[in-house]
Amino acid sequence: MAKQYETVIGLEVHVELATKTKIFCGCSTAFGGAPNTHTCPVCTGMPGTLPVLNKKVLEYAVAVGLATNCTVTRYGKFDRKNYFYPDNPQNYQISQLYLPICRDGSVEIETEAGKKQVGIHEIHMEEDAGKLIHDEWEDCSLVDYNRSGVPLIEIVSEPDMRNAEEVIAYLEKLRMLIQYLGASDCKLQEGSMRADVNLSVREAGAAEFGTRTEMKNLNSFRAIARAIEGERERQIELIESGQKVVQETRRWDDGKGESYAMRSKEDAQDYRYFPDPDLAPIVISDEWLAEIKAAQPEFRTEKMARYKKEYGIPDYDIEIITGSKHMADLFEETVRLCGEPKKVSNWLMVETLRLLKERGMDPEDICFSPENLAKLIRLVDGKSINGTVAKEVFEIMFEKDIDPEKYVEEKGLETVSDEGALRRAVEEVIAANPKSVEDYRNGKGKAIGFLVGQTMKAMKGKADPGMVNRLLKEML
Amino acid sequence: MANKISDETIEYVGILAKLELSGEEKEAAKADMGRMLDYIDKLGELDTDGVEPMSHVFAVQNVFREDVVTNGDMRADILKNAPGEKDGMFMAPRTFE
Ligand SMILES: [Zn+2]
Repeated sequence: MAKQYETVIGLEVHVELATKTKIFCGCSTAFGGAPNTHTCPVCTGMPGTLPVLNKKVLEYAVAVGLATNCTVTRYGKFDRKNYFYPDNPQNYQISQLYLPICRDGSVEIETEAGKKQVGIHEIHMEEDAGKLIHDEWEDCSLVDYNRSGVPLIEIVSEPDMRNAEEVIAYLEKLRMLIQYLGASDCKLQEGSMRADVNLSVREAGAAEFGTRTEMKNLNSFRAIARAIEGERERQIELIESGQKVVQETRRWDDGKGESYAMRSKEDAQDYRYFPDPDLAPIVISDEWLAEIKAAQPEFRTEKMARYKKEYGIPDYDIEIITGSKHMADLFEETVRLCGEPKKVSNWLMVETLRLLKERGMDPEDICFSPENLAKLIRLVDGKSINGTVAKEVFEIMFEKDIDPEKYVEEKGLETVSDEGALRRAVEEVIAANPKSVEDYRNGKGKAIGFLVGQTMKAMKGKADPGMVNRLLKEML
Repeated sequence: MANKISDETIEYVGILAKLELSGEEKEAAKADMGRMLDYIDKLGELDTDGVEPMSHVFAVQNVFREDVVTNGDMRADILKNAPGEKDGMFMAPRTFE
């Protein structure tokens, strides 16, 4: 019988914090600036400059630690991680090795196999590096330091996961907690959340871990799942053919579905960490910690209970809506504006989910405002537009966040409630469709559906279907 | 000098520091590093039982800034420090992943 193997996985997750400024200087963290327009002497590593810690970075890091049941380090400091690479202008990255801000936490994940705790080894604060562009013409590298000094936290898990499903459940859990905290938008595709996968295999039942590799460049849940499967197979093949797994960093190529080793042995990682003398130690008092704790938002479990009590929408809807902080915020604000929880939930659960799925988008990508959704609901409630028109308008709103009131007016989409006009349309439809009229009169109730459809078509979809139905029945 | 630095060590330190040392320079560096380690050994003779490890010499803590943008676009000045410039970016020797 073939040997059984167990996969052992730990994750290093980098999350870009949602601060306005960088971790050690007053430069903006905004995306999309022209190269090097968000830089200063500090974040380009000019000699003699002094970094000063952004208080918000520390508070976000502590908040994430509290949300993941960590012990917060009450006396912390920063260390220098030394390496030479052009994206790192100081020749060291300011990070935390000896006294990371949070330690020994855990989060609960749920998969088909049930609930499970995944341990968090530590969370530390550090700075991001610049961006390198390789210039083929000049045979040189070009560097943009706009991202240099953007605040990151790195969340290091224990090797507690055993398969891709658990890894994804863990990442989704982290993402949700952090989004609820407002500490980051956690978008994998855009790199505001990055996961490195440490993976080893061992024979089932073995007490010792096998040699692990670290996999980088994973920018979607799908890529992570594929990389885990690929690396597991690669390591098992090595072991079965009598070779050894080499401890190394590998880069995943999702297009090819394979990985390759990134760094050679000669270039072994030796970062020679030492305390950064430019940054003062951090002392977190009981009072400050209590303040950060008190400012924690309502998390999902509490929110779900409140939705049930306050809005009376189905459990399934609550589950989906609270699964994304952005969707939950959108829901609550729209309900506040229009007072119709069931209708708001319906728009989110049916049309919104359908469009998200069709376009392969995440709930975080929803761009329409609560104001506009509330307006659309009011238009339908006031019978200004019918359901079919509402769906069309919604689709455009989903795309471009248009004001539905203006749009309906400009395009002349209001429901025709002029009974005279409707009556004329119905008369014409009756005259033009003698066969269906006869069917209906002979007791084929279904035939009326066709006649309603024909009338709606004649009215270019802008009639109130209830009214059309009533008029037809009356006139047949 | 009690501490002897091996050829492998000086080679490795050279790689980490991105330094190419001549044979003569290597010997000089080996001697310097040996003397430094002797000094560390000297410090090691001190009785530090019960002394808290210290990471900073100054009695300051909690030096923070608020999360407010204070810097504007200073690219022109920043790029004056670049060894070379192209398209608003620093030019560096070609690097490989
Ligand atoms: Zn800066």
